[in-house]
Formats: sequence, C-alpha cells, structure tokens
Amino acid sequence: MRFSFARLGAVLFKEFVQMRRDRVTFAMMIGIPIMQLMLFGFAINSDPKHMPTLVEMADEGPIARSILIGMQTSDYFQFVGVVTSQTEGDRALRDGTASFVVVIPPRFERDVLRGLRPAILLSADAADPAAASGAVGAISGIVETAIAQTMTGALRNPGAAPQPFSVTVHKQYNPEGKTSTNIVPGLLAIILSMTMVMITAVAIVRETEKGTMEALIATPVRPLEVMLGKITPYVFVGYVQTLVFLLAARVLFDVPFIGSKLAFFAGFNLFILVNLALGFLISTVTKSQMQAMQVSFFTLLPSILLSGFMFPFAGMPGWAQVIGSAIPVTHFLRITRKVMLKGADFQDIASDMIAMTLIMIVIVAVALKRYRQTLD
Amino acid sequence: MTGENLAITVRGLTKVFGDRTVVDRFDMDVPRGAIYGFLGPNGSGKTTTIRMMCGLLTPDGGSGECLGFDILTEAHRIKENVGYMTQRFSLYEDLTIRENLDFIARMYRMKDRRAKVHAALDRLGLQDRARQLAGTLSGGWKQRLSLACCMLHDPQLLLLDEPTAGVDPKARRDFWDEIRGLSAAGVTVLVSTHYMDEAIQCDALAYIAYGKKLISGPATEIPAMIGLTTWRVEGPDISTLEADLRKTPGVEQVARFGSVLHVSGRDSDALDRVVAEQKARKTHHWEREKGGLEEAFIYLMADATDNFISIGKGAP
Repeated sequence: MRFSFARLGAVLFKEFVQMRRDRVTFAMMIGIPIMQLMLFGFAINSDPKHMPTLVEMADEGPIARSILIGMQTSDYFQFVGVVTSQTEGDRALRDGTASFVVVIPPRFERDVLRGLRPAILLSADAADPAAASGAVGAISGIVETAIAQTMTGALRNPGAAPQPFSVTVHKQYNPEGKTSTNIVPGLLAIILSMTMVMITAVAIVRETEKGTMEALIATPVRPLEVMLGKITPYVFVGYVQTLVFLLAARVLFDVPFIGSKLAFFAGFNLFILVNLALGFLISTVTKSQMQAMQVSFFTLLPSILLSGFMFPFAGMPGWAQVIGSAIPVTHFLRITRKVMLKGADFQDIASDMIAMTLIMIVIVAVALKRYRQTLD
Repeated sequence: MTGENLAITVRGLTKVFGDRTVVDRFDMDVPRGAIYGFLGPNGSGKTTTIRMMCGLLTPDGGSGECLGFDILTEAHRIKENVGYMTQRFSLYEDLTIRENLDFIARMYRMKDRRAKVHAALDRLGLQDRARQLAGTLSGGWKQRLSLACCMLHDPQLLLLDEPTAGVDPKARRDFWDEIRGLSAAGVTVLVSTHYMDEAIQCDALAYIAYGKKLISGPATEIPAMIGLTTWRVEGPDISTLEADLRKTPGVEQVARFGSVLHVSGRDSDALDRVVAEQKARKTHHWEREKGGLEEAFIYLMADATDNFISIGKGAP
C-alpha cells in the first residue's frame, strides 16, 4: 500500500477545519505573539530609569544643587524626598521606598573650591545588579559635568578644580541602549518555540486522548500520512506568527532588520521543524492533553532562562552553557539577533544551523523510536 | 482452515502487556454472515482480541486470518475490508456530521464520495442536520453515526466493540435492528457486549474471562454445553422460596423473572432431588424449563466480576 496524497490531503483539511473551530486555540496562536511582544517588549527593561532616589544634603550650595539637577535630568534618578540621617536613608533602602540615597557631605562646596575633591556618597540598592548598574555607571559623569558647569568665571581654577571631561560609551548595534532592540528578536524565538511545541504536542495527543486515533488507524491510512497531515498546518501557523511578529517589531519597536533575509528564512524554517519534532516527541511520551501542556511548559523555562534570552549567555557557568547549547531556542535566538541587528549572512549563522540540525536529528531519532512503541 | 465460509479464524492468539497476559491462546471461528456475540466481563481481553483481529495490534503469539487475509502480514488489506467501531465515540466532535462522514470516505479513497456520504445521511435520516457538530449529538445518535461511518466503505465484516454501552434501551433496540438488517444483507458481525438481551440475539457466541476463552459455539448449543438443568417455579410468597433455594445444596442459580423463578444447576440428579422434595410440599407449581439460553448467560455472567481486580489468578 503506497503513500496516498489524497489521504494526506484529507487529514490536512480536517486539521484546518478543527483549527478554525477551536476558537480559543486559534485566537491564542495569533494573539500570543502580539500580546507577548507588547508585554515583554515594553515591560522588560534591563536599563531601568526613574529610580526612586533620596537626598541627604549637608551642604546646599550651588554646586550641590547643580549636581542634583544633573542627576534628575539624566532620567536615571527620580528624587522622591530628603533624609536627614544615615539610618533614615538605610531604612528607605531596606524597605524599598528608595533605590538610591545621595549624600552631599558637609562643606562640600568649600572643599570643591579648595580642590580637596570631596566624596559624594551614592548608596545603591544593588539587590538587582542589573537595575542599579546603569545608574551607578552614569553617576560620576553626571557629577563631573555638573561641577564643571557650575565653576565658571572666577571660580574656575585650573589648579584646584578637576578638568571637566566626559566619558564616551560606544554602544554597538544598539546605540540608544534600548532593551527592546535586544529583547524583541529573542522573543520571536521564545514565542515560536512555545506555540509550536505546545500546539503540536496537544493536537496529536488529543487524538489519542479522545479515542479518535484508534478509529483513524483502523482505516487504511498510513502513520506517515497522519503525522504529516497533522504537523503541516502548524508550519503555516508558524509562518503567520512570524510575519505578524516581524511587522509588529518593525512598527511598534522600530527594530531593524539589516541582515540576509534568506539566511533568516532558512534558520527560521529549520527552527520550526525542530520545534515540531519536539512537540511530536512530547506527544509520544504523554497520555493526555494536560500532560502534554505541562511537559511543553517544562521545556519552555530553560528556553527562557538558559538560552541567553533573559541573561547573557557568556555570563553563565560552563555547565549551564552546555545545557543551554542543547536548547534549540539558544541557536535560533543567536540567528535572529545576528541577522536582524548585526546584518549577518549565511556563513555567520552556519554554526547555529549545524547545532540545530544536530539537535533535530537526536529529537527525531528518539521520537520515531517512541512512536513505533506506542503504536502497539 | 481458511474456509470460504469463515470470516474470521484465529488460533492461539496471545497478547502480553508487560507481565500481564491479556489474551491467552485464544481460538475463534466466525462463520460468514453470522452475528457473533463476544461476551465477557470488563478487562477480560475482548477489545485486545478484536484489535488483533483487525490488524491494529500485533499478536505476541498465534496466527489467523480475517476475510482470508493474514492478520500478521496483511493488516492493511484487512483494514480496507473491515468496519471497526470502537468502544468509545471516536469521531471528531468538532467536525460536523457530514465532515466526519466525508473524512472517513476520503480515508478509504472512495471514488463516488459525495454520493456515498449523501446516501449515508439519507439512511441515517440526518440530511437536515448534516451541518450539526457531531459532539452535540445524543449518545444513541453518536452510535448510529459511528456505525454509518464504519459501513461507509461497504465492509464485509463489522467489528463492534461494545457498541451500545451507555445507550438508552430504545436506542439499543434501534441499533440492533440495524445490525440485523446488515446481517441479512450478508455482512458478518462480530459484536462484543455485556448485555444478556443482546447476547440472545446472536447466532453464535464466545465467552472470554481473564484472557481465556471459556466456551464458544452456536447460541442454541450453549446451554447444553454448560449442562444446566432449569426448573420454572410459580406460586405464593416467591421471595421466601427464592431465599430458601439460594441456600439449598444442588441449586447453583436462582433467577427471578417477575413472579417466576428459574432454578438451575449443573448436577441434574441433585437438582431433581431438591425439586422432588419441594413438589411434595405442594405449595408451588414446578415445571421443567426448556432451552435455557437466558439461564446459561446468567450463569456465565455470574462470575463476571471485573477482571481488572484479580488479574493473573487465571480463569475462575
């Protein structure tokens, strides 16, 4: 009995009809990319600004005030009040009402004029290092600039005052330091992975759980026809999701796409295949839709945490990088960032393509082995 | 053995799941055109046996033919010629009635698909509800739709796995009318069931428990095989008598039909002595009952506790 395209077509058609009827899932497939893009794109910001800041002023001279104005206009600091003692400031940091306390020491203005280089103390709540680092990095520049601007005319004493200078930070690929530029391409990898894996696994397990698989394989249909017929519709879903996503990234976040579109397309197709295979694998080890959903979520967490999506990949310990390298998202994430932001071409993403292919081979091998067993 | 007149013939069919022998050296011959009843308690291996017969499961031992095709090597040929109706409703609830029929028709690659689907809808009388989702049908209608799907490709053999479980009595009667109609048209039907009233409608029967076949043969010969002698009792205060008889040695089974008792036992001499003693009291009217198919089934089903509970103990 040979492979029948007529039967494959029938399974495909049935799958599309069911997809259309399942309004919730259908809405999810289109809605999720947009919703997540909005949420993560706008909400996640690893260069946070407007941090609540308290001031302890022991000297209220023009230089001190100028420093404070400089801090406020930098947008990193938002002054929320004044404290009069160290304990008061410490308590505010501890209970979280403030992220920073700036202490202007007594006789600050006089010491500056005398060239004693008095120290301004910036106490930071560094529990979240990422949250504090931006502001901490900016403070010295702000202070130097403020001092330089205030000490004009007669006060300018080349011998006593420090030279006004500015620190130049050259941020490559993301000159404005926007987190969204980095997050959005990565988000595509996460969202595709999430919907592709989960929806495939659930769609296949649903047939087994509802008993329809038994009636289906009692007909002359071949397993390959069933598998292809069930999986192919979700490839189209992946295409639609990506298209919606890329449009939104362009319009809403102004994320550039400067690399090779062909390279992106190749990587993207491979990534979809890997995810479908993973969903297929999950469907062979689970018995109910609920289980399939749970296992899919289980694979999602490492995809978010260890892939370099949330935290810099290079910053992870060696063993975590090994685990991360086995996750398909890690590689597609690199492809999207390389291609969209850095203008990568085929040869730049070759290593990631090879890695994804290897992962795919392993998944398919295991899945086929499991599938044969579950038939009996 | 292939026999022109046998739809199914299997020998020594065995299936092991893990360390459980679910079906143990099972033999069966189903004559063409017959309605063959397949009886046995839950978990006794009926479904597994049926699945092996139509090539859905590979047996661990044994051999057989279904419609002349080898069940081990020609599963796809069997699938093309057999209609298999699963125990649970196994059509797509989120497809309409017509879409379900159409999908199955496409699975069998039927040439005149539209006409067949149309005819099936006509037979079902569901033409005006063809666009209704299958999931919204009542239990009885779901069964009829399932049957229609199984019959779409005009199979010569129908395998029905507890087709009427959980269906109301009226719908069950209707369903059996259809089965008898198909049988009259020459279709062989193998049907597994729990219900005694359904078993009685079969031409031949097999009874399975703990994966082993206990008895099989034409329905008319089953009572003789069991060797049950039955007496019919009528008279006053039948409940007290029933309770007494249940405790009397020699009486193996007391079945009540309204105000009448059917008293049976395999040792006819012992039963005769009990009857003679009872007759001497002249309180009740005793009469020898012929046939006794119903008693035979009640007798078989009496041991029919769920086989899941004491798997591995062997046949009772």
